[in-house]
Amino acid sequence: MATTQVRLTAAAQANALRAPRSLWTDAWHQFTRHKLAMAGLSVLSLLTLATLVGPYLWPIRIDTLDYTIALQGPSADHPFGTDDLGRDIFARALWGGRVSIAVGLTAVLIAITLGTFIGALAGYFGKLDNPLMRLTDLFLSLPILPLLLITIYLFRDTLRAAFGPEVGIFIMIVTVIGVLQWMPVARLVRAQFLSLKQKEFVEAARAIGDPDLAIIWRHILPNTLSPVLVSATIGVGGAILTESTLSFLGLGFPPDVPTWGRLLYDAQNFIEIATYWVFFPGFLIFLTVLSINYIGDGLRDALDPRKT
Amino acid sequence: MLIAIPTLIVISFVIYAILALAPIDPLSQFGADPRVPAEVRERIREALGLNQPWPIRYVKWMTAMFRGDFGVSFMSHSSVGDLIAQRLPNTLAVVGIAYVVGVLMGIPVGMISAVKRYSLFDHAATTFAFIGFSVPTFFTGLLLIIVFGIKLRWFPFIYSSTTQVHDLDSLVFQIKQSIMPISVLALANVATIARYVRSEMLEHLPLDYVRTARSKGVVESLVVLRHVLRNSLIPVVTLVALGFPTIFGGAIVTEGIFRVPGIGELLVTSISNGDIPVVATVVFISAILVVLFNLFADVLYAVLDPRIRYS
Repeated sequence: MATTQVRLTAAAQANALRAPRSLWTDAWHQFTRHKLAMAGLSVLSLLTLATLVGPYLWPIRIDTLDYTIALQGPSADHPFGTDDLGRDIFARALWGGRVSIAVGLTAVLIAITLGTFIGALAGYFGKLDNPLMRLTDLFLSLPILPLLLITIYLFRDTLRAAFGPEVGIFIMIVTVIGVLQWMPVARLVRAQFLSLKQKEFVEAARAIGDPDLAIIWRHILPNTLSPVLVSATIGVGGAILTESTLSFLGLGFPPDVPTWGRLLYDAQNFIEIATYWVFFPGFLIFLTVLSINYIGDGLRDALDPRKT
Repeated sequence: MLIAIPTLIVISFVIYAILALAPIDPLSQFGADPRVPAEVRERIREALGLNQPWPIRYVKWMTAMFRGDFGVSFMSHSSVGDLIAQRLPNTLAVVGIAYVVGVLMGIPVGMISAVKRYSLFDHAATTFAFIGFSVPTFFTGLLLIIVFGIKLRWFPFIYSSTTQVHDLDSLVFQIKQSIMPISVLALANVATIARYVRSEMLEHLPLDYVRTARSKGVVESLVVLRHVLRNSLIPVVTLVALGFPTIFGGAIVTEGIFRVPGIGELLVTSISNGDIPVVATVVFISAILVVLFNLFADVLYAVLDPRIRYS
């Protein structure tokens, strides 16, 4: 009898000594069980690593011209083949991935910041709700791609003159995509704020005299994090698609900056003789966005308390 | 519902302000031509009203637009209204058929996925949907061109705009040349609709009214079709209508790849030519289409769901 009791206490002690399970360790545990999300995470990490480190390891530069090997299919020297000027498509694809992924992440960061700010204001302050939501509806009815196209066309040269060809275009594309993508986040954050601000813990915070800003920042905002994270993940995929669409239409980065969309734009004129040139950059965009979408799906499963 | 008109006015203002505040001279096409002397350029500016401040130009542009006068293209010197009237039917046909295909395929696929959850079919459909979301429209377009246009030579990959349908042969040709642009748009559409239908039906299937229907002895197929599907489709209608800007964006790309003479292709060529009147009008017309689709979704929502009434 005594021994069982001792053993029980020992088990209870071991239990108490183990680090407390937080939401994030639980979520991570749940996430690792989503096979496709884990596969997506591995592929995306691999692609990101390749684009970050690859350009330093790969011996051929993105702008090495060699007309004698122009338009050659994939080989050991040039795994993705060469373009019409004899440049190595593999080197250009590595470099282009860097730009595409950077654009996706930065644009979503802008969209999330803007959307969270507007959503928090609309959800917390009843007076601001109606005007801010009308504004959100208005932005949702903007024809996004046409507006992106004209804004970039019109402001491209000015920004290029001000910040240089690469940084100027980067700032512009990222800002314009971010400014036209914040609406879903704002709606999400607003809905969360509307329900959370009625909860007891918010009432308690108000009762001890916390100012509005502290309640928003310390008490409500952390609780909206998980749906925003899911939406942000999927948003990165969307932003990469938008950037590559702009580049594909010839209104993205200048020709000397090889993004994946730009590679396809250059490739389409040679589609009959150099199908590999179309295939590799397009497949990389597809693979990246697919991985991101699966990660988003896994995060949604892991962070959704309903666990359907 | 009246919110549509102020929305359109604000959108038109935003578009015009972007154009007017842009650092590019709308006459840069003429400006680049050294044969045009300075005083002639000044006279053209005056004739086009470009020397007035932009808020005045905006009001003039808007009032002219209400009368159906969209201005004159800088490039082709023909009326912008005519240019758009020629091309809008092509875009609407491609987008419309892609929508019909999306609904006709997306609903059954989503329904079977939900009813047979975690079956082989569901896994295949889910994978297909994820591919549909993730593959850029221009890549699908180029792949279709490579496979069916170049390797197999089944379909022409440059759309011939001069084709007139007058007999069976030209009809077959018209269908053949439309298949690829439409399937590119339809692919993304089917994926989206199937996903929405699936998740909506999964929310409805465990509800009490479904159990009631089953316990009354209603045949399972009728439970699914008449009870669950009908209720699940209500939010799908709105989501499909709200997805219009995405489809329209896809149409711009698709028209560009296959050279379909629609307003998307007109937009892209006009932007590269600096043809501001055409660009402004096309962007504004796409805004009108988006607002119309939103309005349509609201009305349809009220018709389908009797609990919703707009006062």
